[in-house]
Amino acid sequence: MEKKAPDSRRNILRANLTAYGFLAPAGILVIIFFLIPVLLIIYLSMTNLATTNFTTNVSQMEFVGLENYAILLRDQFAGKIFFNTVFYVLVTLAIFNVSLALIVSLLTMHIPRRAGFAFRAIWILPRITTATVYIMLWRRLAVEAPYGIINQFNTLLNQPTYNYLDARPWEFVIMANGFIGVSFGMIIFTSAIESIPKDLMNASLVDGSTIMQRIRFIIMPLLRWPLLFVVTYQTLSLLTSFEQILLLTNGGPGLYDTEVWSLTAYHRALSNYFGNAQWGYGSAFAVVLVIIGVVLAVIYMRVFRFNELVAEPKIEVL
Amino acid sequence: MQVTIENLTKKFGDVIGAENLSLDIKDGEFVAFLGPSGCGKTTTLLMLAGIYKPTSGTIRFGDTVVNRLSPRERNIGMVFQSYALYPHMTVYKNIGYPLKLKNMQKKEIDERVNAVANTMGIGDLLDRRPGQLSGGQQQRVALGRALVKEPDILLFDEPLSNLDARLRLTMRGEIKHLQHDLGITSIYVTHDQIEAMTMADRIAVMSGGHLQAFDTPEALYDRPKTLFVAGFVGNPPMNFINVEVSASNGHFVATNGNMSLDLSKERGEKPATAGNSVVMGIRPEDIQIAPDGTVPAEVFVVEPLGRENLVDVRIDGESILLLADTKADHKRGDSVKLKFNMNKAQFFDSKTGKSLLWA
Ligand SMILES: Nc1ncnc2c1ncn2[C@@H]1O[C@H](COP(=O)(O)OP(=O)(O)O)[C@@H](O)[C@H]1O
Ligand SMILES: [Mg+2]
Repeated sequence: MEKKAPDSRRNILRANLTAYGFLAPAGILVIIFFLIPVLLIIYLSMTNLATTNFTTNVSQMEFVGLENYAILLRDQFAGKIFFNTVFYVLVTLAIFNVSLALIVSLLTMHIPRRAGFAFRAIWILPRITTATVYIMLWRRLAVEAPYGIINQFNTLLNQPTYNYLDARPWEFVIMANGFIGVSFGMIIFTSAIESIPKDLMNASLVDGSTIMQRIRFIIMPLLRWPLLFVVTYQTLSLLTSFEQILLLTNGGPGLYDTEVWSLTAYHRALSNYFGNAQWGYGSAFAVVLVIIGVVLAVIYMRVFRFNELVAEPKIEVL
Repeated sequence: MQVTIENLTKKFGDVIGAENLSLDIKDGEFVAFLGPSGCGKTTTLLMLAGIYKPTSGTIRFGDTVVNRLSPRERNIGMVFQSYALYPHMTVYKNIGYPLKLKNMQKKEIDERVNAVANTMGIGDLLDRRPGQLSGGQQQRVALGRALVKEPDILLFDEPLSNLDARLRLTMRGEIKHLQHDLGITSIYVTHDQIEAMTMADRIAVMSGGHLQAFDTPEALYDRPKTLFVAGFVGNPPMNFINVEVSASNGHFVATNGNMSLDLSKERGEKPATAGNSVVMGIRPEDIQIAPDGTVPAEVFVVEPLGRENLVDVRIDGESILLLADTKADHKRGDSVKLKFNMNKAQFFDSKTGKSLLWA
């Protein structure tokens, strides 16, 4: 090949333009649906916009600086809601979205292919069912006799009956969300396990491992990247999704018993008990959530040594 | 360890992986499974390893039927074409893995891993990950991992296919040497007949899931029992010509059109009884271009191989390959005379593909 003259500025620009061109569609979507809303929310959180002084004209909104954040810090329920959120996210993530998802993937990978496939297909159902319908099923399961399905068994067995959503609200909130959460990790883990080369799986058995030892020493270490992805994605997803809790307990049964941060943002901004929607104050809750999410994502990347995972591959020389 | 395979069959639904294989491998023997891609070599090897359960038939290691034993109960070492090194473990951990699974003491693992690594010439790579090694180095690690637990049987699945030609030559010698020194019964799967010929004590030739022949390299080369074996073993491959073999008062000839070749009694007697449906096979090195040749032909292509030339000549439009001296400067279109060494000619029944000489 002939030697090229040193790249001129124009050439560099042109090369970069192509790259930006390819990035543009995704970039524009991120800007419109993520960046701009976040900036708007940040601005809103520094106003006292509410039902009483509602306006759509940004310039007429009353700027109050960090006032809303100061109120939030003094909010007597903020602490309880914060710890509710931590509890809800950690428990759902640990038991369902990661552990159960892993167990289901590993189990269904070790049984005949078709059976495994059918089993996993059933686990997808909660995810593709509309939230309202899905939660109706849980309510039907949990409510007081004579309608509640669990209570019908209790009656049959001459046991006392309960309204389970009052008696055990967290269990039901976590299960209802967890069973949806499982399917995501399950899909990711299953395809990750399937993409481990067959030779590697066979080599481990020939080297003398049991099935369990193969899971521990070969499969699990090779799942580090999908594990990072699922933990990160599902943490953020659990932090921000509230519709199931809204429909199941609406934060109850008692005052803020199962209220989580994102649900509070919704309640304050859009559905205040007293008919006074506080957009500004609700936005402050939402911004705190964004900050927590970003911080967590960075921490996860550190813990799972993301840099190593995306290290440049070595060029093959024999 | 002696290995005996009886009527071994593996089916994947309707697909036949391997069917009705029977062969016995002596203690310390080096056996190659040779055959084209998809003929069931890997399937057979994985049955020996215990990864696949046979559909029917038995496998014996020594006197023990191992059909129902899991891989870990068989004490085998295996080397894969893809190397199959664990990417998240260092070379040290890769080689030590089979020992760790045996709950061996750290100190003993350390001694054994170092000893094997030094034998394989990878003692200085122990801290590296597989991704930081060249193909040849990875293959050595894989070999080390297979050897470290002192297996009774070594299985190789096309271990050299991913290496470049030169390295393949080196590794070929090393593996053969190592196997000879250690005396471990070895089964070596390959589609490369040069590998099989140079390394193995005996070769099992397979095609379409069936065992075609099981014999020493010399026997397969000089006395092929089927048309398939004759065509598959040897490079460049054997030439095949349809002929009619006839006898007249103790004199045997093979004829095709106006080509007529005299045969000795040993070569001609049996084919003469088979009538006109005979395929004659003759290897390229058994045909010469000579002034006193009897068969006229035309040079079609000359391929220089360095040491000799591979010449494609045409007899009545039919292609025949032969090896010629590089000094004899043949050119496309030259008219030449061919001399056949008929004492090396093979004869097969064209319908059954069976040899008429070595039934
Ligand atoms: N796990 C499997 N499922 C279905 N068919 C298979 C499987 N493994 C091998 N086969 C089929 O069995 C035949 C032999 O395959 P294989 O033993 O891999 O051939 P080779 O190693 O000689 O190239 C092929 O037709 C292949 O498609
Ligand atoms: Mg194969």
